[in-house]
Amino acid sequence: MSIRSILKKLVVSAELEEQVNEIKKPVGVYGYDPWGYNTDSFMIGLSLFKKIYENYFRVETHGLKNVPKTGRALVIGNHSGQLPMDGVLIGYAIATRKEGPRAGRAMAERFFPTVPFIGNLINQVGGVIGDPVNCIKMLENEELVIVFPEGIRGSGKLFKKRYQLQRFGNGFMHIAMTSKTPIIPVGVVGCEETMPSLADIKPLAKLLGIPYAPVTIPIPLPAKVSLNFGKPMMFEGDIDNEESVTEKVEQVKTEIRRLIDGGLLRRKGVFYG
Amino acid sequence: MAKATKPKVLITGARGALAQQVITRMRSHYRLVIVDFRRRVIMDDDIPSYFVHITKRGFEDIFRDHQLDGVIHLGRMETDESNRFSRYNANVLGTQKLLDLCIKYHVGQVLIMSTYFVYGANAYNPAPLDENSPLKASELTKNLVDSVELENLSQLYLWKHPELNITILRPCNILGPGVRNNMSLLLSQKTAPVLVGFSPMMQFIHIGDMSEAIVTAYKKNNPGIYNVAPDDWVAYQDAVVSCGCRRLPIPSIPPALPRTLSLLFDQKKFPSYLVNYFKYPAVIDSNLFTKTFNFKPTRSLEYIFSHYKRKKTKHSQ
Repeated sequence: MSIRSILKKLVVSAELEEQVNEIKKPVGVYGYDPWGYNTDSFMIGLSLFKKIYENYFRVETHGLKNVPKTGRALVIGNHSGQLPMDGVLIGYAIATRKEGPRAGRAMAERFFPTVPFIGNLINQVGGVIGDPVNCIKMLENEELVIVFPEGIRGSGKLFKKRYQLQRFGNGFMHIAMTSKTPIIPVGVVGCEETMPSLADIKPLAKLLGIPYAPVTIPIPLPAKVSLNFGKPMMFEGDIDNEESVTEKVEQVKTEIRRLIDGGLLRRKGVFYG
Repeated sequence: MAKATKPKVLITGARGALAQQVITRMRSHYRLVIVDFRRRVIMDDDIPSYFVHITKRGFEDIFRDHQLDGVIHLGRMETDESNRFSRYNANVLGTQKLLDLCIKYHVGQVLIMSTYFVYGANAYNPAPLDENSPLKASELTKNLVDSVELENLSQLYLWKHPELNITILRPCNILGPGVRNNMSLLLSQKTAPVLVGFSPMMQFIHIGDMSEAIVTAYKKNNPGIYNVAPDDWVAYQDAVVSCGCRRLPIPSIPPALPRTLSLLFDQKKFPSYLVNYFKYPAVIDSNLFTKTFNFKPTRSLEYIFSHYKRKKTKHSQ
């Protein structure tokens, strides 16, 4: 018996298994898809993350019903907190909702596949490297893809820049317009405070071949997190006109900013409430 | 009389298990001529068999003596055979000679066997790779230069000489009885090396399905470049376990270490220059082949792996 089978037996509840089996995924006989997603690993991941989601970060969601139950969709959010915790929390929220659970595919930093264990682990629970080809092919498969257009500019920013949206890349908008995919904006509140970074030791990052080397705490703080999903946004027009594409990206950014502000207003405290 | 109307097809690399299956499937519908570059292949009297190297002058005699309608070029030196200079001569210059002879003797159809190795296993590979993806194998290792060059050359002839009707097939890992490529030899062992912390997605096609794919592509004659793989994927370490192998963990960092350690193994089974393929994925998209030729492999991964598992059980009894 493999470690995965033992873990599945030990930690996955019948209820969760039933819920995940509801999610339609084009996987092969060993439960894998071409990007390395594995149904059993996904169930184990959700089971192990349950306590972190519910008791540690005490995640609250608003507007989760805006995420379509079926069909292609791009969930676009703000990125923060040094570790890609926000992607995991969004993915968990969508996968465990009672009505129409889905296995979202988070676009990960290109650095991850080179790290032993981590690269495979991220793939098995649904993450893939942030390559436009991956995104397009998954949308063609009618998947739900989670993208953080700020990339490492967002996740690696210093604490003093918290809740200041960094530059968004335009790539996601090109893909959304070409593939006629709705964008679901999400404003993440709380992840900024999980791993406050005071400085980025760039020479160390260069030496280690990692995107940034933050001066921060070793484990994330239990900040209360809220995920604020907005209404689907559809965009049409000339994708060859970069100025017009940038304007549309700004519309998404403005909506995310609005959702973050709403979340911050609702928040009673960073660690409680 | 009916026999004379059957098209005449030359199959190279006749000694290989894949070629043998192709010959079996084609012999009733075609007049076959076979050649192997390494040793004479004994076949029935009705199939002329030649033993001549592709780069030698005598190779042209086959074209001169038989009015060939088509060529199925399966005879290539594998990545573990000889050295890279010999492989370059046989695979690249040899194929060029073959294609020039096809032009000279007005051969109307050529099918060339390539490999998914040409895409290169890279940490940043998207999935699945379609036929338009760049061929990055030669940046990984000089040992795969001949594979990429063979492709480039074939593509050049494909566009420059449409009268040759060239079809290039890029299959995933071929497994099954009689297959002696690196992956098949590796999975036949009791212990298979794995890189600690890495288990890339892989695809495997049964030799029976692959030979059917070749025959189908030849029969339907739709020139172009096609990936060939089933719609199923498995992590390498899961494949190793499913084939009944024990995993032998090899440290994966620093990156040069596994390559150095692999030199301790039989290079046929775990070649140092293929280490990246045991680390990063090169998953291919075979939709184009499926749509064009209305063909899908039928043997499941479980069926493919059961052959290797059975082999080990037999040996241990």
